[in-house]
This record gives sequence, C-alpha cells and structure tokens, in this order.
Amino acid sequence: MNLVLHVWRQASPTVKGGFVRYEARDISEHASFLEMLDIVNEHLTERGEEPIAFEHDCREGICGSCGLVINGVPHGPQHGAATCQLHMRHYKDGDQVWIEPWRAKAFPVMKDLVVDRGAMDRIMQTGGYISARTGAVPDANATPIRKEYADLAMDAAACIGCGACVAACPNASPMLFVAAKVSHLGLLPQGQPERRDRVLNMVAQMDAEGFGSCTNHAECEAVCPKQISIDFIARLNRDLFAASLAQTPERMVAGAG
Amino acid sequence: MELDSKVPSGPIQEKWDTRRFELKLVNPANKRRYTIIVVGSGLAGASAAASLGELGYHVKCFCYQDSARRAHSIAAQGGINAAKNYQNDGDSVWRLFYDTVKGGDYRSREANVYRLAQLSNNIIDQCVAQGVPFAREYGGLLANRSFGGAQVSRTFYARGQTGQQLLLGAYQALAKEVGNGSVQMFPRTEMLDLVLVDGQARGIVVRDMATGNVSSHAAHAVVLATGGYSNVYFFSTNAKGCNTTAIWRAHRRGAAFANPCFTQIHPTCIPRAGEYQSKLTLMSESLRNDGRIWVPKSSGENRPAGQIPEAERDYYLERLYPSFGNLTPRDIASRRAKEAVDDGRGVGALKNGVFLDFRDAIQRLGRTVIAERYGNLFEMYERITGEDPYTVPMRIYPAPHYTMGGLWVDYDLQSTIPGLFVIGEANFSDHGANRLGASALMQGLADGYFVLPYTISDYLARVGSTKTDPTHAAFGAVEGEVRERVKKLLAVNGKSTVDTIHRELGQVMWDACGMARSRAPLEKALEVIPEIRERFWKEVRVPGRGEDFNQSLEKAGRLADFLELGELMCRDALHREESCGGHFRAESQTPEGEAKRDDERYAFVSAWEFTGVGSAPRLHKEPLTFENVPLSQRSYK
Repeated sequence: MNLVLHVWRQASPTVKGGFVRYEARDISEHASFLEMLDIVNEHLTERGEEPIAFEHDCREGICGSCGLVINGVPHGPQHGAATCQLHMRHYKDGDQVWIEPWRAKAFPVMKDLVVDRGAMDRIMQTGGYISARTGAVPDANATPIRKEYADLAMDAAACIGCGACVAACPNASPMLFVAAKVSHLGLLPQGQPERRDRVLNMVAQMDAEGFGSCTNHAECEAVCPKQISIDFIARLNRDLFAASLAQTPERMVAGAG
Repeated sequence: MELDSKVPSGPIQEKWDTRRFELKLVNPANKRRYTIIVVGSGLAGASAAASLGELGYHVKCFCYQDSARRAHSIAAQGGINAAKNYQNDGDSVWRLFYDTVKGGDYRSREANVYRLAQLSNNIIDQCVAQGVPFAREYGGLLANRSFGGAQVSRTFYARGQTGQQLLLGAYQALAKEVGNGSVQMFPRTEMLDLVLVDGQARGIVVRDMATGNVSSHAAHAVVLATGGYSNVYFFSTNAKGCNTTAIWRAHRRGAAFANPCFTQIHPTCIPRAGEYQSKLTLMSESLRNDGRIWVPKSSGENRPAGQIPEAERDYYLERLYPSFGNLTPRDIASRRAKEAVDDGRGVGALKNGVFLDFRDAIQRLGRTVIAERYGNLFEMYERITGEDPYTVPMRIYPAPHYTMGGLWVDYDLQSTIPGLFVIGEANFSDHGANRLGASALMQGLADGYFVLPYTISDYLARVGSTKTDPTHAAFGAVEGEVRERVKKLLAVNGKSTVDTIHRELGQVMWDACGMARSRAPLEKALEVIPEIRERFWKEVRVPGRGEDFNQSLEKAGRLADFLELGELMCRDALHREESCGGHFRAESQTPEGEAKRDDERYAFVSAWEFTGVGSAPRLHKEPLTFENVPLSQRSYK
C-alpha cells in the first residue's frame, strides 16, 4: 500500500517544529508501523536527508520506549497495544497519517518525535518503591498474600511507563501512571510502612514537574497499552485523602531538619 | 595474560563462604570516598548500582535508554529459577546446580554455578520484599511452574512479564538510591570506551546521546552490565539498541573475551514476514507445554494446515525424542526446526517456519483453559501475524536470543583488567554452552545483588581511595580517539545505510555461525567479514552531525564493533571442533545426529586476547574440571 505521512519534524528543543509531508510506498500489510517508518528513514538516508528521530527499543510492547500520537490518538487505533505492536493491516492504500510526539509541558520535545520523559523517573524517585535493603529481608513465603490482592497489584504493576496517559489527557496529567505505582505497592503488606509518604511525595513531585491534575476524563484508560483501569486513580485519591489528614510525611520532615 | 579463576579451595558447598571471609572490607565511613561506575541498568546493572549505593559508595550509573526502567531485561517473559523447594518435589541447591552444569553441557565453571544455585533463594526473598507481584496460590503462598524441561517446579513467575516485574523491582531500588543522592543516574548516555590508568580500569568515556557531547568519568572501579550481543545477527529477539560496544571496547583494551561463539538460538519465535522486518519476536517457551510441533511429511505441500491429514504430518520432535517430545532443550528443538525447513518442508508463505499446533490441546482441555494459560501470547501472535492461533496453527522458527559468551571473569567477576568487573549476560560465567530457561534473570540478579557488592570491596580496599582524576592524560587521549572515530563515521558519506550493511553481516553470521556450524562456511565467513568491514568504512552513510541527537550515528558506532566481534565469533566457532550445547559443529555428531562433545580436547574456556583489528587474536585456555557433576553425554531420547 502507499500512504501519505505528515510527520512532526523539530530539529531541537529550542526551535519551532512543523509537519512535513512524506510518501511511504510499497508498504506490506504485515509490516509494523515502526517498520514502515524504518523504510521511510532508509529512503531519506539514501537521499542524504536526516531520518525522522523516533524512540523505540524492544519492539515487543514492553519496554515503553515507543509512543507516537497517530491521527490524534496516542499509540494509534489499536486498543491495548503500544505503537510498536501496531501493524499496517490497520491501514489501507491512500490513507493520510498524521504522526506527532507526546504533547505535554512536562515532556519537552528533544527532536522530531522524541520527548524527554525524565519527569516520570523523578516522580518514581520520590517514593515509587519499597525500601528493602539488599539482604535484610525475610523468607519469601513468610507473609502470605491474598491471591486477589496479589493479582490486583500485578494489574497495576503492568504499567510500562510510556506516558500515553499524559499524552491523552486534556490536562496532561500522569495520574494513571502515579496511581498504578501507588496501588501496586499499597496493595501489598510490604508496601504499608511507606504508604502514606509515598502517595504524598509522588503527587507533590507530579505537581512540581508541571503536570496537570486529574479531572476524570478517562482518556488515559482508553489509550493505555496495558489497559490499566482508572479504578486505581480512585484508590490513589483515597490514599491521598487519608494521608493528607495525617501529619506531614516523615521523610520530608527529616529532610527539612 | 594470566587466567587465574581465583576459585577458593575446599568443598564446593563452602567455597563462597570461604571467599566471603577472605575478602577485604571497606570501612563504612570510607565507602563514600570511592566512586564506582556501573554501565547498564538491566537486572544486573540496576541491582548492583542500587546495592552499592545502599552500602554507601558513590555510584554513577549509565544507560543508553531514556530511563533505566527500559533495559532489555524487561522483555523476559517466562520466569526465574530458585531452589526453594516450596513444592516439596525434591528440589535442592544441589539439584539446581547439577541441572545447570549439565544443561550447560559441561562448559561452565562448577564453583560459579554452585554459588548461583545457593543465591537463587536469596533473590526470591529480596524480590518479594521489594513488592514484586509473583503469582500466588489461593492460600497466599508463592506459586511455581516447571519450565524448560526441568523435572521440578522451581520457576517463580509474574504472569508472562517476569522480567518486567523483576526489573521494576531493581529499578525502584535504584530510584530510591537516586532519590537520596547515593547514585547519580545518566540516562541517554552511551559508553564508547574504557580508560585505563597504569593498567587499571579507572573510568569511561561517554557520549551524551541528546547533545552529542563526549566526556570522561573517573572512578575507582568500573562495572559493565551491558548485556549480550545477539544483535550481531541483525535479526534477534534483543531490543534494537542492544549492542556489544561496551564489552568490545573493553576487550580491545585488554579484557579477554570468553567463548564468543556460545550463542543461544531460541526455538519459539515468530518467523520473518518480509525483507523490511526489523527484529524477531519471541513467543514464550511455555507454549511447548501444550503445543505440538510438526511439518508436512513431504516438501512442496501447499494445502492449509487444517487440510493436511494426520498421516501426512511429521511430529518430528515426538518421533525423534519420545520421552521429552516437544519439550526437548532449546538447542535441539532449534536445530531440528532448521533441518525441517532446510529440507523444504517449512510452512507459511515463505516456507520459513514450523507449526506449533494447539488443536489437540484445545480438544482435550477446551478453549477456555488454553486461553487462561496462553491468552496474552495468542493475542500478541495475532497482532503481529494477523492469524488466529485458536484456529490456525502458530508458525514458529528459531532466532538468536541470548549469548552465553562474554567477557572472561574470575570467581570475583573481575575481568583480566584489574578494576573492571563484568556482570549479567555481559560475562561468560555461569551458563556454559547452553543456558537453561529461567536462569538468565537468576544470574543477573545474583551477580548484582549478592556477588559483586562483596567482591568489589576486596579490590577497592586493595587499591585505596586515592582521588580519581578525569583530567589525567589517559582520559584526554581516549576522549580524543572517541571524537576521532565519531568524526570518521560521519566523514565517510558513502551510499549504503547502516542497516543495509548490518543485515549483510547478520546474514553471514546466521549462515556460518548460527544453528549449525562447519569448517568451510566458517572459513569463508572469516574472509567475507573483513571485506564487509572494509566496505563499511568506505561506503557507509551517516547523515546528521556529531553534536546532535543522531540515531544513525549511534547505530553506525555499534555496527562498527559488531563487525569486529563477528569475526572473533567465527574464529572461536572454527577453533572448537566439538559440538556442545548451542554450538553444533556438523563434523562432531553421533550417528543419530546428536551433538558430540569432545572432553579430551575441549573441556576448557576459550579466552581470546585482542591483538589488533584484522590480526589473529591470541587464545588462552582455562581448563574446566568437574569434581561434583560427573561428565556425561546429554540424552533426551
């Protein structure tokens, strides 16, 4: 099939970007979307032009590197899959395809379709973990965990940190990402000692990074490649409310003292 | 070059205790005076960086991805082994040790493997404490499954995403240390060379992939946790960015490269669909528990699978290996699939796969049970191929997946360069000539959490905490070389893209040094690879600038190193005139076509010393002795 692409090109974070038209010719329906871009890039290189920069790595839908807004939808038309899992059989000859990077203030464009998602790492660094020093732990079966909770924790833990939730949200809120981690760890007995600090600190960092807040549009759930439920956002809000009623987080107090 | 394995004396059960007691310690108050560089943030790198940070060292961790959480360990599906014996089915440290040595076809170091088996239990404890959501039974205890033909259920798993969950556990431990300032994280930063001062590893030269800035980082020790080199074949199940540059640059600086030809070809991957394809996708090996592998009996068969009568199907694994059937080890299953395809009996439009058929399992167990077991895999398969595996048999074909070879390390995981430690898939240490399923995750985490943090202190205590100096002339010299190389790559301005040349190298490697190897094709490859390399430096076209975000330049630099590594792999494969594990030399097989080891001549680790590009590397041998697991020929008949 032949397609017409309109691709966002931006040379660097500081210059203005814009759409550039390309033709993708003789694309097999079995090729993946990223392979289609590879083909376009090979042609660009042969013509001596700079290829389109886009992020990708495992190409198996698990590393979370890739992420394109395709015709206005993060990760494109296929439900519950990352961009790399999208194949060209979803398109037909002559289609026009608009390809953009994630758009959010907290995700500055680095080049073309690549954005800086460092803010998500920084949120994790404020509390997205259980402090369990290497070696200082009990036997793995010492604490039985109700299967139902373990399974639910796994549902939340499936997040690949791609940032599509942010790209889809009218407020550019990463609430689904934060909620997934807060819920994963908060559902487990090991996660209880730090539960309160975790939610307060992660949400504080989320605000500090310039992300918006959740106002229940549920666009995030619709585009999440791992189909993570917004029920976890409700869980986060409950934790956040309960933690806000209690005193200031211990770690913040210790840091200030 | 001296190969001193530093394996402690005494009974194998006591070796690790003995060594831990011998190791010098660094006083807690002095630890912050030491800087340690960790390159790579996968299971090995992240767990090491986090553990070293907790101990109080100043750690700098580097990864090429935009976040440490994206390292390729994340893609491991199946599980992680441990000798917990939670299923009461007779497992033990000794049995895991025994299985791993035997599975590796007697080409690994016994003492290392025993330690790995011992530490396997600590790993599960550690991961559970971090909140890794392993599968559980209704009583709330951890669930296990059997994997890769093991006779006990010792594999812990988190749905089909075990690698992801273990990596997130290590990444979160790392995030904690970054948050409290003990680890400095450098994402989108690629190591391009190693710096030695007075013969000791003292730092690295890196390129910032966002700006193109080349800079030096000094440290008291350098740890490489940069994974394997399956991408030398172009087509592999590795992530696109996985590369050999860090270990290859270290090899060029004096680190011996061990068993480079020991690669694992995974039997259950989705076959190629066309020329444009960029990588191969693995389907979990667990599918072989219920799927039956077959091809048509005669070549030239064009009917759809459903119309081929039972009598005209060849369930070749069940026929050849009645007792293991479809669950034969990876190397055997892969080789037999290749034979069927080479024989013209391949299936699919390109006749490049074999069937993995769930028809009988669905009839026996019902669609619901199969969906519960493999639903997500079936979905993934359908997404990629457009075929529904509930009604049409899956098509699979082997693909490069893991490399058992890597930099040579001693019992302390130190390479032949003092101060350079190598952990995880990047070293050669524990899997011999064939890795068992669910053992890669175990080794990465054992090295990172529980071995390296102890052994590195011995080295650090000996060298002392004298200040490191990135302005030392040695750094300037290496930085200059790195800049020169970048400039050279950009200056060629030829007519071939990086991928075109990489595909060409990959094809040569796959044909000569893939699933079956023999003298003539290997000798031919040793002539062809240097030609491709020469052509690369004359014809490659790398658009863009060096001082910029430039993905073509990144790929070109990695390919330049693969072009040197490929030659070493073929040389190693040619030298080892025996079949063992994943290394099948056609000249060394039994009358039934099984791999024939030659313990008289080849019970050693091949450790190659770099002598220059295009010049024959020097071979050093570390003899392997087996005092605890008696040498025997594997049999899965």
